Amino acid sequence: MSVDTAPRLARTRPPGASAPQSGMVGSHHGGRWWLYLILVIALVAVVAPFVWMVLGSFKSDGELQQIPPTWWPQSASLDNYTHLFTQLNFKQFFANSAIVAVVVTVGNLLFCSMLGYALAMLDFKGKRVIFIAVMTTLMIPGVVTFVPLFVLVANAGLVDTLPGIFLPFLVAPFGVFLMRQFIIGLPKDLLDAGRVDGAGELRIFAQIILPLCGPALATLGILTFLGSWNNFLWPLVVAQSEEKYTLPVALALYSTGQNSTNYGLLLAGATVVIIPILAVFLIFQRRFIEGIATTGIK
Amino acid sequence: MSAQTGMTGSPAGPVTPVPAGLPSGPGNGSTRQGSARPSGGPAGRGRRAETRAAWVLALPFCILFLAFTAWPVIQSFFMSFTDTKAKDLKHPFSVNVIGLDNYTKALSDPIFRKSAVNTAYFVLIGMPLTLVMALAAAVALDKGISRFRAVFRLGFYLPVITSIVAVAVVWRFLLQDPGGLINTALGWVGIDGPNWLGDPKWSMPALIMMAAWRNFGTAMIIFLAGLQSVPAELHEAAAIDGAGVWQRFRNVTMPLLRPTLLFVMVTTAIGYLQFFEEPYVMTQGGPLNSTMSLTYATFNQFGFGNYGLAAAMSYIIFVVIAIVTAVQFRLLRERS
Repeated sequence: MSVDTAPRLARTRPPGASAPQSGMVGSHHGGRWWLYLILVIALVAVVAPFVWMVLGSFKSDGELQQIPPTWWPQSASLDNYTHLFTQLNFKQFFANSAIVAVVVTVGNLLFCSMLGYALAMLDFKGKRVIFIAVMTTLMIPGVVTFVPLFVLVANAGLVDTLPGIFLPFLVAPFGVFLMRQFIIGLPKDLLDAGRVDGAGELRIFAQIILPLCGPALATLGILTFLGSWNNFLWPLVVAQSEEKYTLPVALALYSTGQNSTNYGLLLAGATVVIIPILAVFLIFQRRFIEGIATTGIK
Repeated sequence: MSAQTGMTGSPAGPVTPVPAGLPSGPGNGSTRQGSARPSGGPAGRGRRAETRAAWVLALPFCILFLAFTAWPVIQSFFMSFTDTKAKDLKHPFSVNVIGLDNYTKALSDPIFRKSAVNTAYFVLIGMPLTLVMALAAAVALDKGISRFRAVFRLGFYLPVITSIVAVAVVWRFLLQDPGGLINTALGWVGIDGPNWLGDPKWSMPALIMMAAWRNFGTAMIIFLAGLQSVPAELHEAAAIDGAGVWQRFRNVTMPLLRPTLLFVMVTTAIGYLQFFEEPYVMTQGGPLNSTMSLTYATFNQFGFGNYGLAAAMSYIIFVVIAIVTAVQFRLLRERS
């Protein structure tokens, strides 16, 4: 009898009360209303800036300068967006961002999983050296390589080119670490099975190992795409003419340049930067979170 | 199952033909490669094939890594002992070795010192704030509620995936004084909000607030993964023994979350010690250098063309990061 009622009691417990012994059980069925309330308030606080940004992108400059600020647009219009894509070169920036992000993501998925597999499953001379070098550079701050990297890219004549923006990011130590950690957890019998069937080492990798790496590849892919899409400092330095700007670079320069008082335009630009990444994330988020839980990043 | 299959079965890949001797029997389940290698010719060939395949797989990464990471790291190290300036790039032989001068110059530079204090302020307040927010959200989502988990998780993670530049555009509006959304909201409860970005006293708290908002989602997701590995039976056993929610959190959850906590602390600290983008897009380090960070000061020296000095500063940051990481590992490693 007391066992039966305990969960219900737990659910209706007032906020101040100490947890009864069955708190666990209760929390598994429905949860506490006050916790929902706190979470909803927190959620509103976290998401409000985005909502305000999107709503603001439909407002006129006059309305955006009103004090106190308005929440809903008084007269919504798409002017800011049409201006963005017709008078400013946002289509080009968008394409640059997409090209760089896709190339960088493909490069990392391919090259990092290749080396990750070799480090996890194969035995070869130089393995330890590579692994130690990769792990050491994980800790080195990006600013250390910044100057020589720029010199290198400049000497190669790649300043103000898209390859200059994406080449330095085609591989990353983090990706190798992540893929190695995941592949090392796969059963070694897979290799033997493949070898018995006469498959070469490369074929074993491509046809047996890689298809099993779904969650890890999803995690690495999303993280890399996000990182590249949002990357700001390097493209800002390398892209010098407007045709080579990526979205964040363009937005940053517009928000400090002559358009800096064009508030509606900036909010529309910010929305355009965020929407694609949001779409990618929404599509893959389940696998992504699975991946984080299973790749040993935790 | 025999060597025969290895040779006559499906033709092996053109690059690395599987050698005859290799399948010495998957049944004998040895460690790493699964197949124990008998000594002798065929096995030696197997090893060579494996080495060759491994290097084919490793090569693209290694070339790119050497060119764009390892080489710059080394070059930067040597540069930090020279007086390299931007104009020396065309005449590399006019560079002089000046020993530790750049390091002493960096450490005695008032702006670099100020930025070290600012960075410490940012890390010491920002990191605990971020981690507490993340842990609270993770625990609430893991054990507290059973519905709409995915919605909350996604909402809290949203700031992580957005571009800092877009975030800056929005937050400059939010932090405006007067008329910003934050000060308007504070006005409802009778608080006269400060001029966040214009007042040297409030600029750093504003950036800390923004950084915590932007980053706690990452830590939350990792905490969530860690919490899922805490067995529910342990909680139930503790509950039966009369342990309250808080006691169970401290004595059951936290010890088991230790490795996760270590990982989150180390990665957050590494990220926060390099804090740069927030001040760059929000305040340009101002007002009165109140938000100038170590990385920002280094970046400025790069911008001024003082490459040698910038390299020395970046290595100082690296040493700080390495020390902080080592200390965290020592404090939080699992006690055996």
